[in-house]
Amino acid sequence: MKTKIISTPIQNEDLEKLEIGDIVYLDGYLITARDDVHQRLIKQHKELPVDLAGMAIFHAGPIMQELEGQKGKYKVISIGPTTSMRMEKYEKDFISQTGVKVIIGKGGMGESTVKGCQKHKAIHTVFPGGCAVLAANCVEYVERVEWLDLGMPEAMWVMRVKEFGPLIVSIDTKGQNLFEINKGEFNIKKDSVLEEICQHVDYLD
Amino acid sequence: MDKVEQREKFIDIMARFTAYTGKHLPDDVYVKLKELREKENTALARIIYDAMFDDLEMADELDRPCCQDTGIIQYFVQLGTQFPLIDEIEDCLREAVKKATLIAPLRHNAVEVFDEKNTGNNVGTRIPWIDWEIVPNSNAATIYVYMAGGGCSLPGTAKVLMPLEGYEAAVKFVFDQITSYGINACPPLLVGIGIAGSVEVAAKLSKKALLRPIGSRNTNPRAAELESSIETGLNAIKIGPGGLGGESSVMGVHIEQAARHPATIAVGLSTGCWAHRRSIIKINADMGYEIISHKGAVL
Ligand code: SF4
Repeated sequence: MKTKIISTPIQNEDLEKLEIGDIVYLDGYLITARDDVHQRLIKQHKELPVDLAGMAIFHAGPIMQELEGQKGKYKVISIGPTTSMRMEKYEKDFISQTGVKVIIGKGGMGESTVKGCQKHKAIHTVFPGGCAVLAANCVEYVERVEWLDLGMPEAMWVMRVKEFGPLIVSIDTKGQNLFEINKGEFNIKKDSVLEEICQHVDYLD
Repeated sequence: MDKVEQREKFIDIMARFTAYTGKHLPDDVYVKLKELREKENTALARIIYDAMFDDLEMADELDRPCCQDTGIIQYFVQLGTQFPLIDEIEDCLREAVKKATLIAPLRHNAVEVFDEKNTGNNVGTRIPWIDWEIVPNSNAATIYVYMAGGGCSLPGTAKVLMPLEGYEAAVKFVFDQITSYGINACPPLLVGIGIAGSVEVAAKLSKKALLRPIGSRNTNPRAAELESSIETGLNAIKIGPGGLGGESSVMGVHIEQAARHPATIAVGLSTGCWAHRRSIIKINADMGYEIISHKGAVL
């Protein structure tokens, strides 16, 4: 397990040596992009209002608060990762169209994202789920917000972050997928556990 | 206190209590997480638990929701038939949610179905969801607040099995769902299982199972034994915190049942995440209150 700090704009070389299970921290720009942002770009072919090349996106829907007396200026109250798998359908195309380098979320992603990461030298990482104040604490400031018409959780929040992490690499640039490996192991254990329990549940008279 | 004052008082208590629920885990959950944390010995699992406890500490210090997903608000009300606000309690709870959304602040999570618009105040059609139980000869209301987050609601499922498939099929149904979807729901999980004759009863009971104190056991000996063997079994799979592997998978397994139809065994499953925000308050006729889930809580 290696630990490393990466900064935006992120280069291929920053990611190539990383492997699943490594821990990274992010400096620079982090932009939220979840279901609706993916769908607007990939399905509706809308142009993104933020250039994501070399950047990091966060599958997250934050709680933001408008600063008193400063219309359009926000501070982050609480921001944690959402289930990345929901974006699986579009993530590969999203990576190829935007040039995004680091995807941060929760839980694993699938085969299609693995391919996208391998081809375009990107990684998927997880931030500890639910740890939203911890994450908010790594945000220096909210630079701006785009597509706020989608509502607070779905809008694109452009943030500057400092040592944002811990981020656990779950898909690396070599085609490895931590959660798929884990799932395989869980399923093997599941079969023997089930066999044992099912011997004792014959309650029918 | 006249009706108007009572109403205002009630709304204020419930708004502040709902906001509080998003910022502090209940005592039983906290104790259980600490116990599970001690058992971990890999670097990765420890990092995740450290993050959780740092997060809880910061949430407390900064007075913020510990997880950004403050969920759809659900109230499970045990309502005394002589509770003074019985005629307007539903309206008061809706007001309380609006107020909590501003003061906490809570994330805006109520999206109107079909219109696909976020209402922006956590109130919408039938939301907050309110479940009623009538308590005869009582003038108090005991209210459970539950924040149903997206991630932890996602593994929820229910199915009607045929009796000859047996309880085995129900157990398998639960295990399959937890190992495939549960890992994304921020483990360690609390697993609620409902067993009944039809799908909606099983589903509802599975949620009620999540409201029980962690570690409590079903009063039926077979059910209690099944709770403990499913718990042991899920832990043996070693899903670990965040689904990254570790010594345990769940905080507990609770089963609730209703008599079934001879021709069906319906099973429902609900999951709670590590940030299991379930709180309990008892409000008396004079609007005095007692917080049951969090010792020493100050609103
Ligand atoms: S599953 Fe629970 S802890 Fe995780 S993001 Fe959702 S509400 Fe928060």
